[in-house]
Amino acid sequence: MLTILLDGIASGMLLFVLACGLSVTMGLMNFVNLAHGAFGMAGGYVLVVLLQRWGWPFLACLPAAFLATALLGLLLERTLYARLYRREHLDQVLFSIGLVFMAGATADWLMGAQQQIIQLPAWLSGRVDLGIGELGRYRIFLILVCAGIVAGLQLGLLRTRFGAQLRAAVDDATVARGLGIPVPRLFAITFALGSGLAGLGGALGVEVLGLDPTFPLKYLVYMLIVVAVGGANTILGPALAALLLGVVDVAGKYWLPQLGAFIIYTAMVALLLLRPHGLLAKQA
Amino acid sequence: MNAALETRGLTRHFGGFTAVDDVSFSLPAGARQALIGPNGAGKTTLVNLLSGALPASAGQVVLGGEDVSALPMHLRVQRGLVRTFQISQLFAELSPLESVTLAVLQRAGRGAVWWRPLRRHRAEQDEAAALLARLRFSDAEATARTDLLPYGKRRMLEIALALALKPRVLLLDEPAAGVPPGESREVLDTVAALPRDVAILLIEHDMDLVFRFAERITVLALGAVLAEGTPAGIQRHPAVREAYLGEMAHAPAA
Amino acid sequence: MRYAAEVALWLLALGSYWLFPDYLGLLAQVWIAALFAVSLDLLVGYAGVVTLGHAAFFGLGAYVAGILAVQGWGEPFSGLLLAGLAAALLGLLTAPLVLRGGELAGLMVTLGLALMLYEAANKAAFLTGGADGLQGVEIWPLFGRFRFDLYGRIAFLYALGVLFLCFMALRFLVATPFGLALRGIRGNALRMAAIGTPVRRRLMAAYAVSAGVAGLAGALLAQTAQFVSLDVLAFHRSAEGLLMLLIGGLGALYGAVLGAAAFTVAHHLLAEMTPQFWEFWIGAALVMLVMLGRGGMLGLLRRLGR
Ligand SMILES: Nc1ncnc2c1ncn2[C@@H]1O[C@H](COP(=O)(O)OP(=O)(O)O)[C@@H](O)[C@H]1O
Ligand SMILES: [Mg+2]
Repeated sequence: MLTILLDGIASGMLLFVLACGLSVTMGLMNFVNLAHGAFGMAGGYVLVVLLQRWGWPFLACLPAAFLATALLGLLLERTLYARLYRREHLDQVLFSIGLVFMAGATADWLMGAQQQIIQLPAWLSGRVDLGIGELGRYRIFLILVCAGIVAGLQLGLLRTRFGAQLRAAVDDATVARGLGIPVPRLFAITFALGSGLAGLGGALGVEVLGLDPTFPLKYLVYMLIVVAVGGANTILGPALAALLLGVVDVAGKYWLPQLGAFIIYTAMVALLLLRPHGLLAKQA
Repeated sequence: MNAALETRGLTRHFGGFTAVDDVSFSLPAGARQALIGPNGAGKTTLVNLLSGALPASAGQVVLGGEDVSALPMHLRVQRGLVRTFQISQLFAELSPLESVTLAVLQRAGRGAVWWRPLRRHRAEQDEAAALLARLRFSDAEATARTDLLPYGKRRMLEIALALALKPRVLLLDEPAAGVPPGESREVLDTVAALPRDVAILLIEHDMDLVFRFAERITVLALGAVLAEGTPAGIQRHPAVREAYLGEMAHAPAA
Repeated sequence: MRYAAEVALWLLALGSYWLFPDYLGLLAQVWIAALFAVSLDLLVGYAGVVTLGHAAFFGLGAYVAGILAVQGWGEPFSGLLLAGLAAALLGLLTAPLVLRGGELAGLMVTLGLALMLYEAANKAAFLTGGADGLQGVEIWPLFGRFRFDLYGRIAFLYALGVLFLCFMALRFLVATPFGLALRGIRGNALRMAAIGTPVRRRLMAAYAVSAGVAGLAGALLAQTAQFVSLDVLAFHRSAEGLLMLLIGGLGALYGAVLGAAAFTVAHHLLAEMTPQFWEFWIGAALVMLVMLGRGGMLGLLRRLGR
């Protein structure tokens, strides 16, 4: 029981780290980026290669995964995404589906179709007795790291100049431009940051969520739910939504395995119908 | 009661900001009335509330004695309440002829006909062509893509779409904005020449046009009705002079 | 001139029966893909409703026709019709959900509904065969006389016939006031409401028709292949439908047919290569076509013709 709850919390926090970049792309830039999960997958593969093939220490792999995907995100934003901000949603959807397909095929070609398995360092494997029950060390590690990220983002958004500019631009991009905020640069940095976080989430999640070339599509729905329910102008909204989703998902798979992913899809549709404007809160 | 259109306590908030504040006014049948007020006074928001493009926060809209507050836009239109838009809302990829035909078909109750092709709806197409010809569209202009037309023609099409619906109440939101002076007079003359039983509310910044057209004037400021009366009365009204007309003399309409 | 081109195109389609006797099965697939693409074009290209879940209707049609046959009713035309009706009904029922919120929310609802249906078909193995696919689909001879043969002759003619009839019906539909209204809604929904059009009702009608035609396409696949796999409901099918429209040109029914043909033939030619390779190029094609702008093959032909 407690294990399930903890598993749920851990995967929920992972989902948040994966999805928070997407909520900014959709909320701030009004861009439907169905390829966001591809950055998560890229981060996962970076970790696998560094850890398993090159023998890097686990803790060094995580920032590397973040940096590599952030750079990838920056590159794609400048070359491709930025040209499509003003296009119709249909164009954005088709473009990003195309990217998903290309990413999946590339991953399949380079790394194979199988699930990736990693060897966690000794200090992260196994279980530890905390008096309330036996808990997996890696789950605890995940929860601590992700909680740190949530707190960091929240502080960054509230306390830094960049955060203030970002909030202004989410509220009203036109006004923000008028105030002299360099919106294109803001977009690029935010996109890179969101991609990097997705990559970090993917890297952290190899052990929990799994990793194979279908990752971007498989977790697309989860990320969309987080965005839809959480809204775009806070950190805590999506974080809570992700936690809830993680717990429901893990519990559902444990107690009602015969329903499979059905629960999560139903939840998505129901939530969208209850909150059709959750992610459309701001529209010009 | 012979008001064509009436509002009671109409109010609209945007967040903490009140764009239309407890507006009660009436438009008599056959009215030639103008609505003026500085930029940001809430004129367009009021039209949005009247037409049903925005829901009101409070208050009622009564059309010909019927409370239409709860009706969506298209049902108000079907009851004769028609508007134009300050920022043109046109069909970029259709021609003016196709656009106006759409409006005529809809008015005639044939908008959903799926069993007879368009080319067999001659009467509606002829009516649309005649209306466009009356508004001085050449044949070439009437059949070109709308987004390729010059700005003035697109403003005219905005009005043509409204006229095609044969409204009982017509709300014109700055129809002549951005149109060169010679043409703007033409726009207004077309409107003034409508049948006398059509009630018209005109939003306009050019005071010459307003005084030429209007028999009554309502002044809106900060979302509320500041004054209402004949053109002469409004010109003399001290609060209006201060709040609006004086300012207008210095700063031309934006 | 236009009519001549149209007649020539259909004659070529029919003539391929004699020109490519070894590829009748593939050509039947082309007609089915074309029917699916045309149905999608009515929704996306004409009415401007973006969907990521059109495979739901294709798949439902396929399963209805397939299950009917497995349960002992293999008469092709009535099975086809029932499948189309079932899909149209599903369209009518789900349209209010899709058209309720804004464009983004609607997009995700289409995706979610299609995934739900996929998962339902996956889990309801007693009815659908689940991941193993629906076995034992036996279709009776067409008109009680023409058996579906191994060479795909009857399949070819049946699929082409259904495509032709549906295409002509849709071609007629888009040239009526209703069709013009859909283009008006795609162009400017606010203005459509401002001329008194009940926009949502029009879109619901378009959604149901489009769903029904997609269901017919799915039923055609089930009946000609005499097998249904989960694939008919897959996300890939929805995405590929959109790609066909991009290739051929949105908002032009002939473009949808050309796009479907080009896509299916390319798929066949590249099938020798590894599947990842194929998927990569689908993706690349989507990205490039979007970056180049819409219009597709038909747009290119028009520009050349000018
Ligand atoms: N959709 C909206 N959201 C928030 N504020 C709005 C919206 N529409 C109008 N406003 C505000 O309401 C006020 C009145 O605007 P408007 O009705 O367009 O004025 P007018 O037409 O008289 O120039 C303005 O301050 C404007 O910024
Ligand atoms: Mg205005």
